[in-house]
Amino acid sequence: MINVIKKGISWVGSSVLDTTPALGRLSLYTFSFFFWLVRPPFRRKLFFEQMVFMGNKSLFIVLLTASFSGMVFAYQIYLGFTAFSVDSFVGPIVAIAVCKELAPVFTGLVVAGRCGAAMAAQIGTMKVTEQVDALECMGVNSTQFLAVPRIFGIVITMPMLCGIFMMVGNAGSYLIGVKVLGIDPAMYFSKLSEFMNFSMIFEGLIKSAVFGFLIGIIGTFQGFAVTGGAEGVGKGTNMAVVWGMIMVLISDFFLTAILAKIL
Amino acid sequence: MEDKYTIEFNKLTKTFGDHTVLNGLDFKIHEGKITTILGFSGAGKSTLLKHILGIHHPTSGQVKVLGQDLKDLGDSQMREFRTNFGMVFQYSALFDSMSNFENVAFPMREFTKKSNKQITEDVLSLMAQVGLDDHAWHKLPSEISGGMRKRVGLARGLALQPKVMLYDEPTTGLDPITTHMVDNLIRRTHKNGESLPMTSVIISHDIAATLRLSDYIAFLELGQVVEHSSVDDFKKSDNPTIKRFLELSS
Repeated sequence: MINVIKKGISWVGSSVLDTTPALGRLSLYTFSFFFWLVRPPFRRKLFFEQMVFMGNKSLFIVLLTASFSGMVFAYQIYLGFTAFSVDSFVGPIVAIAVCKELAPVFTGLVVAGRCGAAMAAQIGTMKVTEQVDALECMGVNSTQFLAVPRIFGIVITMPMLCGIFMMVGNAGSYLIGVKVLGIDPAMYFSKLSEFMNFSMIFEGLIKSAVFGFLIGIIGTFQGFAVTGGAEGVGKGTNMAVVWGMIMVLISDFFLTAILAKIL
Repeated sequence: MEDKYTIEFNKLTKTFGDHTVLNGLDFKIHEGKITTILGFSGAGKSTLLKHILGIHHPTSGQVKVLGQDLKDLGDSQMREFRTNFGMVFQYSALFDSMSNFENVAFPMREFTKKSNKQITEDVLSLMAQVGLDDHAWHKLPSEISGGMRKRVGLARGLALQPKVMLYDEPTTGLDPITTHMVDNLIRRTHKNGESLPMTSVIISHDIAATLRLSDYIAFLELGQVVEHSSVDDFKKSDNPTIKRFLELSS
């Protein structure tokens, strides 16, 4: 029994010792991102290229996720609410859930899978093929050249994708609620305008920007941390996706608590 | 005439944890000459190169490049100072998302205020200098051969007319004909730079190419330079390790 406890304590201790330096490096890296963000040269072309790349890469899957999650959520709410004859509340319930939670979280998970992985893979490959060294040898800061446009790009792109998710998700809800399940459209919109307000949309957009920042920081950090060859790139990419998704889910809780007090 | 030196290592020691890679290393690299640093794998050649570039910092001792003690330079000054260097990597390290043309133009776009027209003219001139034909310009690095990539890498290294040209194992992994071509290119590039004296430092394992190309050879063993001499003197060295290195390589 004592051995089991000892092993447990030892495991906790070694986990803490392993994680602490990594957290330290991540903190320093985040600091260096802000340091280089505000220093010239500002590479606008790279920033727009990253925005187009990330938006383009994620748009289809965001549209797909938004439409089906809006539709299925409307259907489920309808099945529950119709028993109490309050099916006219389907519109606002879905809209609130989509705007405050589903849109930022689902967009965050999708983008972590698509763009977080792409960032880690691109930078990781550049690292193992000495392209990052080549930048540094020329006197170009690799964080400023590679990370700043990607992270800044994703912070701007995420709210755009989230906004699209909100619109498409609610359109899916309307389609199922009104056109398929027969909810009165006047009632649907009346309840929607009664319960929805702009701060709910704003909350979702703020969350998505924060998720974008976390995905960007983790994706690029994992890229720079790659060592070895192809296997290292694979590991880095995997870590970027896993930690990106975990951070979206964990930070969502804290953001909800903070924004509930502010907004 | 007094010898001039571009790079000076004074009692340079570098340790990583318990492992000492460079151990009180003391030597100077002649200005305007080609110096090759030879040594076995793990002898500390690449670490030495990174000290010249200011990427690694000495645990103790001093590195002076172009008369400047590198430890006196802050991060941003060091970045600016690195524009004095051109670097050719073992596997070229070209940016794979850019065309060959853009790879060569990259340092000019980053560090000069040249117009697009001027950059185009300069890039085309550099590409002609390293023997790259027209159809390679707009291809991606992945679409050309290893030898061609070396030429593009060399052109990129020369883009800012560096005072010091560094080559990290430039012929590793190339066939004998391409190796010969790269050697000639290094020699030709060095000669072209004689109006502005360019110092070339080559890290290599290739003894045949080293003897053909270099003016001076430094042999690195256990973190120290055990021989630093002209090519002719190097061939006559009494050092048993160098003798064995020469025997095995021939």
